[in-house]
Amino acid sequence: MSTLLEVKNLKKYFKVPAGTLHAVDDVSFQIETGTTMGVVGESGCGKSTLGRTLIHLLPPTEGQILLDGKSITNVKKRQLHTLRKNMQMIFQDPFSSLNPRMSVSQAIGEPLQIYGLVKNKQELDRRVRETMDTVGLAARLADSYPHELDGGRRQRIGIARALVLQPRFIVCDEPVSALDVSIQAQILNLMQDLQRENGYTYLFITHDLSVVRHISDEICVMYLGKVVEHSPAKELFQHCCHPYTKALLSAIPIPNIDVKRERFLLKGEITSPIDPKPGCRFAARCSYATEACRQESPELRELSPNHFCACHHPLM
Amino acid sequence: MSKYILKRLLQLIPVLIGVITIVFILNQLMPGDPARMLAGEGATEEAVERVRVEMGLDKPVIVQYINYLAGIVTRGDLGTSYKTGVPVLTEVLERLPTTMILAGISTLISVGIGVPLGIAAATWQNTLVDYAASGLSFIGVSMPNFWQGLMNILVFSVYLNWLPSSGFYGPRYWILPALTVGTSCMATITRTTRSSMLEVIRQDYIRTARAKGQTEYQTIVRHALGNALIPIVTIVGLEFGSLLGGAVLTESVFAIPGIGKYMVDAITNRNYPVIMGGVAILAFIFSICNLVIDVLYAYIDPRMKSQYSTKKRKAEVTE
Repeated sequence: MSTLLEVKNLKKYFKVPAGTLHAVDDVSFQIETGTTMGVVGESGCGKSTLGRTLIHLLPPTEGQILLDGKSITNVKKRQLHTLRKNMQMIFQDPFSSLNPRMSVSQAIGEPLQIYGLVKNKQELDRRVRETMDTVGLAARLADSYPHELDGGRRQRIGIARALVLQPRFIVCDEPVSALDVSIQAQILNLMQDLQRENGYTYLFITHDLSVVRHISDEICVMYLGKVVEHSPAKELFQHCCHPYTKALLSAIPIPNIDVKRERFLLKGEITSPIDPKPGCRFAARCSYATEACRQESPELRELSPNHFCACHHPLM
Repeated sequence: MSKYILKRLLQLIPVLIGVITIVFILNQLMPGDPARMLAGEGATEEAVERVRVEMGLDKPVIVQYINYLAGIVTRGDLGTSYKTGVPVLTEVLERLPTTMILAGISTLISVGIGVPLGIAAATWQNTLVDYAASGLSFIGVSMPNFWQGLMNILVFSVYLNWLPSSGFYGPRYWILPALTVGTSCMATITRTTRSSMLEVIRQDYIRTARAKGQTEYQTIVRHALGNALIPIVTIVGLEFGSLLGGAVLTESVFAIPGIGKYMVDAITNRNYPVIMGGVAILAFIFSICNLVIDVLYAYIDPRMKSQYSTKKRKAEVTE
C-alpha cells in the first residue's frame, strides 16, 4: 500500500482580537491509499479546520501537505484548481451546504462542467444519473430542489457532488452528524461500499466514536488543535493510552441497561486555544496531571508499534 | 401561478377602496372651501353657492362619497379636475409616461451602479473597495435631491454646457434628473446588496462551491448573488414604486411635468378630485409593482416557486 497523503507539522493559526488562535497545532500523520483515517475530538478541537486546510479551503500557516509524495502546501491558483479535482469534501450539514437555488442535477453536474469533463448535455445528464444511481438517489429526483428532500437524500447529493469528479482523497467532515441514526447507518454503509469499489481514501472527521469505529482503519484523537493519540482503530478501542481518549471511550453509550460501568468524567474548564501556555493542553481537565504536565508539552511518542500517544503519564 | 396572480389582483379591490376612503376622509378634514376657491377671490356669495351646487359639494358627505365610488365602478370616472375641467384619469395618464421614464432610468442607473458596487464591497469586505463603496453610498444618501439637482445643473448645464437644465423633451433631457434621483436610490441599493451578499457569502454552500473548484467569479455571481437577490429585488421594486409616486423635488427643480408635481399642485389648490384620483391611481400602480416583485421571487427562489407548483409534482418528490 502506498501513502496517498502525508501531513508534516501542519499548523493553522487564526488571528483573533484576543491573540492567535491555535486551531491546528503541529499535526503530522499519513494516510494510505484506499484507507480511512478517523479524526475524533470534541467541538472546537480543530478537526474541521484540519480537514479544510488539507483540501486548501483554508491556507495553512506552517507545515507541509504532500499528495503522492509531492508537496501541495503552497500551490498556485491554477494548480489548486487541478488539485481540487483530486481532493473533495463532504460537508457536515446537508441543509446548509447545498445551494438552495440549484436542482439536484445542477448541483451534481456543476463540478463536471467546471472541469470540462463532459462534452455535451447528454453526457452530462448521463454522468449525473450514473452518480445519482451510485449514491442511491432515484433518477426522478434530478429536477428536485434540496428543500424538497429529507436530510438523508440531501447528504446523498453532497456525497454524489463530491464523488462525481472521482477524486482520490475525500475529506468527510461529520457527514452523518446531522442525520437520524437510521439514516446515519445507511450513509456510512454507502461510503464504505463506495470505498471498497473505487478505492477512495477518506479522512473522516467526527465527534462520534461509535461512528469512527465503524468506518476507520486508523484513528487520530485531537484535543485543542493537537493530536493526542494516533493508532489503528482496533488498537485504540482495546488499549487507549491517553486519559482524554479514555474519557471519550467511556462516553460511548452501551445499548444495555443492565451494564453498569465506570464513567471517566472530565472536570474543569477547557483551556483556551488562544495563545495557549506551554504544557499539556489537557492538563486542566486531567486527573493524572502533574507539575510536569503543566510545564512541558508532551511529544507524540510511539508506545507500541503504530500506536502514538502524547502524554507524560500514558495509561499502559 | 396564474391563479396566484388572479388572487392577488382580486385582493387589490379592498385595498383600493380603503385608500380612496381614507383620502376622501382626509380631504373632508382639510381646512378651506374649494367652492370659494374655484369661484375666485372676489366672487359673490351667490356665485360661490352656484359653484358648490354644480360641483355637488352641497350634498351630504356620505352621498358625495357614494357618488364618487359609483362613478369609478360604472364609468371608470375618477372625477374631473376643478381647475382645468379635464378628467383626472386623462391628466394622470398624460403625465404618467414622463414619470415612468424618469423612474425607469433612475432605477436602471441605481441598479447598474448600486448592485455591482454592493457586490464588490461584500466580496472585498473591510478593504479599500468596501470603504470606497460605503463612502460613496453614504454621500449619495446624504445629499438632498434638490441640492444635488441644482449642483448637477450648475456643473453639467451652466459650466460644462453638456446637458439641458430643464424640461423633458428627449433623452438628453432625461439624464440629469435621472442621475439626481438615481444617486440616492443607488446608495440604498448598494447598502442592501452589500449586507445581503455578506450574509450569503458566509453560507456553507458558498464554501461548497469553492470546494467544487468553482472560480471565485462564478462563486460570487452564480452561487452568492442569486441567493442574495431577494432583498435586492424588494428594495429595487419599492424604490421604483415610490419613484412613480413622483420625485416631487426633482421634478420641481428640473421643471418636469410629472405626477409628483401634478399632485403637489393639486394639494395647494385643494383640487379634491385630483388628489383622490391621483392617490388611487398611484396606490394601484404601487400595488402592481409589489405584485411584480412577489412574482419575481418565485423565479429567484425555487423554494417559493414550489409553493405555487402543482400538487402532483409535490407528491412525486415526497413519495
